[in-house]
Amino acid sequence: MQLTGADIVVRSLKEEGVEYVFGYPGGAALHIYDAFHRQDDVEHILVRHEQGATHAADGFARATGKPGVVLVTSGPGVTNAITGIATAYMDSIPMVVLSGQVMKPLIGYDAFQEIDAVGISRPCVKHNFLIQHVEDIATTIKKAFHVATSGRPGPVLIDIPKDITADVTEFLYPAEIEMRSYPPAPTAQPREIVTAVEATLNAKRPIVYTGGGVVLAKAQEELREFVKRLGFPCTNTLMGLGAYPHDDPLFVGMLGMHGTYEANKAMHEADLIIAIGARFDDRITGTLNGFAPNAKVLHVDIDPSVIDKNIMSDIAIIGDAKETLVLLNQELERRSDDINPELIKDWWAQIQDWRGVDSLQYEYSDTLIKPQYVVQKLHEITDGEAYVTSDVGQHQMFAAQFYGFSDTHKWINSGGLGTMGFGLPAAMGVKFAHRDADVACITGEGSIQMCIQEMATCKQYDLPVKIVNLNNRYLGMVRQWQEFNYEKRYSNSYMDSLPDFVKLAEAYGHVGMVIENPADVEGALREAFAMKDRLVFMDFITDRTENVYPMIEAGKAHHEMRLRPGMNDK
Amino acid sequence: MRHIISVLLENESGSLSRVSGLFSARGYNIESLTVAPTNDETLSRMTIVTNGDDRKIDQIEKQLFKLVDVAALQDITVNQHLEREVVLVKVSIGSENGDQQSAKEELDRVADAFNASLIDVSDQVFILELAGSSQKVDELLKALANLQIIEVARSGATGLTSSEKPLTVPPTSAG
Repeated sequence: MQLTGADIVVRSLKEEGVEYVFGYPGGAALHIYDAFHRQDDVEHILVRHEQGATHAADGFARATGKPGVVLVTSGPGVTNAITGIATAYMDSIPMVVLSGQVMKPLIGYDAFQEIDAVGISRPCVKHNFLIQHVEDIATTIKKAFHVATSGRPGPVLIDIPKDITADVTEFLYPAEIEMRSYPPAPTAQPREIVTAVEATLNAKRPIVYTGGGVVLAKAQEELREFVKRLGFPCTNTLMGLGAYPHDDPLFVGMLGMHGTYEANKAMHEADLIIAIGARFDDRITGTLNGFAPNAKVLHVDIDPSVIDKNIMSDIAIIGDAKETLVLLNQELERRSDDINPELIKDWWAQIQDWRGVDSLQYEYSDTLIKPQYVVQKLHEITDGEAYVTSDVGQHQMFAAQFYGFSDTHKWINSGGLGTMGFGLPAAMGVKFAHRDADVACITGEGSIQMCIQEMATCKQYDLPVKIVNLNNRYLGMVRQWQEFNYEKRYSNSYMDSLPDFVKLAEAYGHVGMVIENPADVEGALREAFAMKDRLVFMDFITDRTENVYPMIEAGKAHHEMRLRPGMNDK
Repeated sequence: MRHIISVLLENESGSLSRVSGLFSARGYNIESLTVAPTNDETLSRMTIVTNGDDRKIDQIEKQLFKLVDVAALQDITVNQHLEREVVLVKVSIGSENGDQQSAKEELDRVADAFNASLIDVSDQVFILELAGSSQKVDELLKALANLQIIEVARSGATGLTSSEKPLTVPPTSAG
């Protein structure tokens, strides 16, 4: 069948099973937009800013495991999308970004809305393509989806010059493609599995530390089986929350800069760290010099380059988290008689002692709304089953510490890049994936204003997201660092001239609420979540000076946490 | 320690910038980088000379292999290998008669000693060519220090292992 390049783009997306494309039109992409107009198979969602398109596609991908798809025009369309592409890149989220480009004969002549999309995106994509011929469109799209979703996932950008989308060729979507320079992901070797299990059986102070890789591999069941077979303590990174149930006794909470006392102390004192789908990032390890001085490291990851990058491993397994955990569980089944709970009895006693510190505790107030309290109430009212997106800052940490996740794919935040503005558009993407689920965006008055225009998109597509704005009139995390490290010189961390968020929500056609008393928190949340078909913006006026504890400050190790004032270290 | 890494790269536009961008973004050192087509027109061969301890080199290799355009790579310095770099040196021997003659003699002596060729000759300006290891090239430049070097063009090192087994692209991935 003879089709234009633009029709081939849309047909190829259909062949890939794409339901939604998040985008924004412009000159170089207009042939493709015309092709969208000619069909009903793939729905285009019009956002209000290209950053919103990438975050929405990202949220969709994180909530489903399917690749998110974005369409933007050339020039500013691409540059606006870069923040969202980089966000997906840092968290290994599968995404395919199609960008219009100026006509081939104009490339390199500083044409109107020309930018070197392949060049500007190169450091923040897994791979990218500039299509040269209409005959290459279908194959390139097939390759892009393959690269984005296989191995360690990531965003892939395809730049398509406008004239090519008008050219005509025979459309045939390839069933298979060959990429000789992109080998299949490696799998764990039997001998490594035996060695790894042997190490677990001999450990006296073990801890299982898992990250986003377990989420991406959809390996939560296999992880739970592994941890329960061994009876080991388990901690999740910010990116890995939900992989292990928050209320299970074997779970010691999140680790890292704002992790729990017991998780960080256990990492420091461990004799065996079993890292699965995690990359020992600086927010997890604290100072590398003081990191887990007595631990052997067993590191499982699909990306060979994260092995021995920050922390040297003693046993390394390169493979998919799910496949590797299946093999580890099989070997543990074979060796089940050798599992000796006595060996880790003292270790658990020590962990219970640390747990007794209750490092997340905060003081409830009758007069000031504590942000932690709002998150706890949100958990209660949504039965802990909501999809929760967040922006970046204190509210993100409060959400991670206090919501309590029981499943993967439900906690959706920008962990690697730390992108303010992520939460609301990501929540839109989640809502497209799960129309009937509760979707809450926990945000702050700083972050929400970075992509607030997407409230219009929510109106256009009836996306009843619940926005939980923890409004402390400060860029809270910046203020906290200034309090600790800059002698309370609050340089530019104060938010003056905030909008009236209630009126703003109403102006966009939504419901707005302001909540100023702790006693009203629960009622407001109940009322908001009862409005199933409305976006509700809840503006919680919170305690201005609340800080996130515990905290591992710069240059400190896991055992040097700063606890809430008045609390005692063990 | 100095390492020479050979890379087979898809002959696509932009693949060179993926490699050079990786080195600058991650702060890896590049002593030299050369790239040219191979006998397979779909592949380019790149030779990167870099420095680092074993852990750094391990990271460089892993990060390079992660690039989708990189089809194969090998640190040739871990095996028996040959290294060659071409250098062109433009030398002036001055204008005064007596000095000119002794300078020309000096130039001939160095060229002979290094087995270098005089490939361009005029009254006062000569171009000397040498193919050898980067170390030999360094030594040649040192030996010419008494003469007036006008400019130097070095190709950067390329190399091959002595092994019968070539650097090849691993089996294909299908999607």
